[in-house]
Amino acid sequence: MNVTPAVEAIDLVKRFGDNTAVDGVSFVVPEGSVLGLLGPNGAGKTTIVRMLTTLSVPTSGTGRVAGHDIIGAPDAVRRSMGLTGQAATVDELLTARENLRLIGRLYGLPRPYIREATDSLLDRFSLTDAGDRIAKTYSGGMRRRLDLAVSLIAAPPVLFLDEPTTGLDPRSRSELWEVLRGLVRDGTTLLLTTQYLEEADLLADDIVVIDKGRVIAAGSPTQLKDQAGAASVVVTLTHASDLGRAEQLIRTCSSEVHVEEASRRLTAHASGLGDMTRIGNVFEDSDIAVDDLGLKRPSLDDVFLHLTGHRAEPTGESDTESEPEKVMA
Amino acid sequence: MTSLQLNRPPIEPPNVVKASTTVVWRNLIHIRRMPEMLLDVTVQSVMFVLLFAYVFGGSINVPGSNYKEFLLPGIMVQTMVFSSAIVAMGLTNDLQKGIVDRLKSLPISRSSVLVGRSISSLIHSSIGIAVMGVTGLLIGWRIRNGIVDGVLGFLLLLLFGFAMIWLGIWVGSLMRTVEAVQGFMFTVMFPLTFVANTFAPTKDMPSWLRVIAEWNPVSSLTQACRELWGNGLPAPADAAWPLQHPILVSVGWSVLLTAIFAPLAVSAFRRRSQD
Repeated sequence: MNVTPAVEAIDLVKRFGDNTAVDGVSFVVPEGSVLGLLGPNGAGKTTIVRMLTTLSVPTSGTGRVAGHDIIGAPDAVRRSMGLTGQAATVDELLTARENLRLIGRLYGLPRPYIREATDSLLDRFSLTDAGDRIAKTYSGGMRRRLDLAVSLIAAPPVLFLDEPTTGLDPRSRSELWEVLRGLVRDGTTLLLTTQYLEEADLLADDIVVIDKGRVIAAGSPTQLKDQAGAASVVVTLTHASDLGRAEQLIRTCSSEVHVEEASRRLTAHASGLGDMTRIGNVFEDSDIAVDDLGLKRPSLDDVFLHLTGHRAEPTGESDTESEPEKVMA
Repeated sequence: MTSLQLNRPPIEPPNVVKASTTVVWRNLIHIRRMPEMLLDVTVQSVMFVLLFAYVFGGSINVPGSNYKEFLLPGIMVQTMVFSSAIVAMGLTNDLQKGIVDRLKSLPISRSSVLVGRSISSLIHSSIGIAVMGVTGLLIGWRIRNGIVDGVLGFLLLLLFGFAMIWLGIWVGSLMRTVEAVQGFMFTVMFPLTFVANTFAPTKDMPSWLRVIAEWNPVSSLTQACRELWGNGLPAPADAAWPLQHPILVSVGWSVLLTAIFAPLAVSAFRRRSQD
């Protein structure tokens, strides 16, 4: 069974004067899946989305959305997709209901349908109570939710989200993630851009890493983590004085060991759970007190560092879980 | 199984007229939500009519008419010229806030964004004209030449307003912020509407300034409305040629300015909204 691609980027290039913002980007988003375009600020993610949603004309290359060519059939593309832009583009002086009605009418949807869809979208995005208030009075999270609701009024099979959670507090962010998961369950294909590694890891089936307008890596989150290097076993000792003996012990099962005095930590190269068990056994047979022992797979932040030589920005609260230790080369 | 066909409602994208009407509906809600947006054409209109009529009126002598009659056509023309600033500010705001992007992502003709914006600006300015007209009637201004010429005068105003709107779209597409648009437009529009026969006769101006004033399209339009409404004498024999044929010249200016600014506006808007 072959799956129809919902979105295809085919060698997309965009130049602004001398500056090449997007430099030959290609990828495929299978129907019903979620693709995360991951990259730092200014990597070209927004420009890619603007081209695929027909807002910006590519300098060369093309793309397809739901099978329609973005250059040859832009109107068919516009019928098949919804877009939630980087700044919540709701009309501040209109109420939520009016915003939904405005866009519904511009799609030419039947009025009874617009009324019904408005009610159910407001309900789904917890905006029913605020439905008749003008959007100016909304919080950032409410605006984003309204923006997303507006993008969904015509039930598009493909939804583009440009940094949907940037600027949201953690609670609003996880609420939005929940909504997006619901959309995916209903069969919507998502393409979302993000600077948050955690977000891509949580939501995306496939990740395309963009840096300086180019694709520098692509694959599932797991594949990308594997690219950054193998997993490692991390052992934290109770007493720093044991570090030397512990290193000797680990060397009996693993060739590469890295010692970090300050954190009383040893990091050993591991190819799987088996290595962890073996190292665990070694310590059980010794009298060395161990605080913690675990398998650590590289985080997407490690992946980014590995691929680009610089960290993904910004280092917000979302990627604090990535521990300082690195897999050794 | 083609899951691309979700439970989708029938999408029948509206034609330009319907889409533009919807955009106008949205713009009019804006006016209702922010009545202060109308201050320029309501309170200010009344204020300017009264200020000019009573502060300057006593000391400006106009041939064959009283100053109130002379003033009303001039100040109405000024209001129409300023509609370019209103369009420009509205458009820049929509571009800045991403509303234009949102509209462009929909299966509608992109021109409906501009058409809708233009129509609502003409409505906006027309409210101003109406408020001024009522104020004028209260202080003694009358249309003295019958209904046909009266209506013709208003149509000329609208035609010129149409040309001004293209200027507004051009400026609005080029500038990045509403404040920049406001600053630029007011700097251009005040001399344009004052170096003319709008508020004082041109015959007493220094001769170099008089030439500029009499060739100013604003003067032709003002003179045309005065003659159509019977608010004063035809231009004196030594006035420049455009003032001798004000109706024809006003139509000509409107067509010429539209021919110049419409292509500039469309290409600037397209350039701004393609990247």
